[in-house]
Amino acid sequence: MRYIIKKIIILILTMLLISLFTFFAFHIIPGDPARLILGTEASEEKVALLRSQLGTDLPLSTQYTRWIGGFVRGNFGNSIRYSMPVSDLMKGRIEVTVLLGLMVIVLVLAIGIPMGVFAAGKKNTIIEQIINFFTMLGISFPGFFLSILFIWIFGLILHLFTPGRYVSYENSWPEFWRFMFFPALAIAVPEIAILTKYVRTAVLDELSEDYVRTAHGKGISFYAILYGHVLKNAIVAIIPLIGMMIGSIFSGSIIVEQVFAIPGIGRLLISSVTGRDFPLTQTLVMYVALVIVVTNFIVDILIQVIDPRIRLQGK
Amino acid sequence: MKKGLTEIRIGCILTGFIIFLALLSLVYTPYDINQMDTSVRMQAPSLAHLFGTDNMGRDVFSRAITGARFTLMVAICTVAGCTAISSVLGLVSGYVGGIVDEIIMRVIDAINSFPGILIALIIVTVMEHGRYTIIIALCIMFIPSFTRIVRTGTLQYKDAIFVKSNRIFGDSELRLALVHVFPNIFPILLSSVIVGLSNAILAEASMSYLGLGIQPPAPSWGRMLYEAQNIIFTAPWCALAPGLMIVITIVGFNCIGEGVRKRWLT
Repeated sequence: MRYIIKKIIILILTMLLISLFTFFAFHIIPGDPARLILGTEASEEKVALLRSQLGTDLPLSTQYTRWIGGFVRGNFGNSIRYSMPVSDLMKGRIEVTVLLGLMVIVLVLAIGIPMGVFAAGKKNTIIEQIINFFTMLGISFPGFFLSILFIWIFGLILHLFTPGRYVSYENSWPEFWRFMFFPALAIAVPEIAILTKYVRTAVLDELSEDYVRTAHGKGISFYAILYGHVLKNAIVAIIPLIGMMIGSIFSGSIIVEQVFAIPGIGRLLISSVTGRDFPLTQTLVMYVALVIVVTNFIVDILIQVIDPRIRLQGK
Repeated sequence: MKKGLTEIRIGCILTGFIIFLALLSLVYTPYDINQMDTSVRMQAPSLAHLFGTDNMGRDVFSRAITGARFTLMVAICTVAGCTAISSVLGLVSGYVGGIVDEIIMRVIDAINSFPGILIALIIVTVMEHGRYTIIIALCIMFIPSFTRIVRTGTLQYKDAIFVKSNRIFGDSELRLALVHVFPNIFPILLSSVIVGLSNAILAEASMSYLGLGIQPPAPSWGRMLYEAQNIIFTAPWCALAPGLMIVITIVGFNCIGEGVRKRWLT
């Protein structure tokens, strides 16, 4: 229990720091954000109007408390470029990104864990070298290059999906998944490579434990030990990694959404950055950071519920 | 056989090849990188144009090797700056300890809880887009992990016997930290620098792809891929040339990093 309270305090502290960091990043800009948005040719009245819309004529502390107060109550402010509430812009896009992320996680786990176990079983063979080569290649492909290759090979040559023609899940679930499969795979490839390496090491570590030898001595078959005991312990070891992956999956999805023209949060974020839509960027960054920090928090708690060794370590 | 040597050799050959091309672009490119020639639009690779031409008739090989120079420059500046800042932060944090350590680590943790690309995005939103902004952005993005590495190393050595004995001989704390503790962190720092280089190249290429990195008309691999995306069916070489060069560079750096880790850190 004390562990959870400590974690919650750190969580709140982290969120506070993140909000300060995000807020001040947008307010230490030399010069006037309103002027920066409108350009040097805009009239003084227009700039003053935007300044009061943005609230940048108020003292910094008021601006911060107002922004954070609104954020907590779910009032995210207005986008300048789209001149509509940020929450309306986010609606419908969050689902797309979350569904994409879920598909990535499913792919990563469904491919990464079996591959890692397989690789562990083939220690010191030529197959290990081949797997090493592919994991090295996997982490070296930039997401957008992989996406472009997928569009070219699977979209334009093999016609497995129509590039650029996103199908909303509201219209057709099968078509939606068909379109989303390749973007998800493009994000998943480097993560699969990392997970494979990690699972392999975890399984090999676990196989050298004393209880494995004892089980062997009792005449239990290798595969029974592997799937009955070793895998269970190895999976506990990879849960923290999955928590860390949430962040990189989102980073991947920012870029891949851009390549495949998927209307998700990532694409909105990029368009807000290129359009210098400060309120929108600020809110999206804060929102994403919140989701990631909370997910990691849940993962932390989950690990210590599953594995008492970690819970006891703190004492 | 010495461990990790094969990896280092392969890595050096791959990165050496790319660095050679990047340096070559300083003194010689087959064509002017911005020279458009509509009579040779989207030509397949040939002896006249090694990697073909793009939709504006520009020579892809010339642009790709010049792009290598820009990308490598950004990556090297980023990692150099970030290593310098992180070394100071990590040494102070680990060596001084106490409340200073607590503050530095909490801030580092907070930055670390963002995905790196978000930090880079914030910084390019609030600053002018361009080469120097992207260096600053990537630098801040990499500081947390580097600082953590230096700090862990510092903690490991600050109470070592040889440090204690030198303290008895009257060395100042600053001298102990810089002369006796810091050099011991070099091997682990070296492998992070190499992995950092490959991460910086990936990040720079991604940012340039999004139009937030090196600005046109200066060629960069990321931007070339963006421009090639729409003509991928008719002129795949426009995308394959910069894309494969990115992959070769990153595989190269990762190989060296892996080799260094195997050789000195296990």
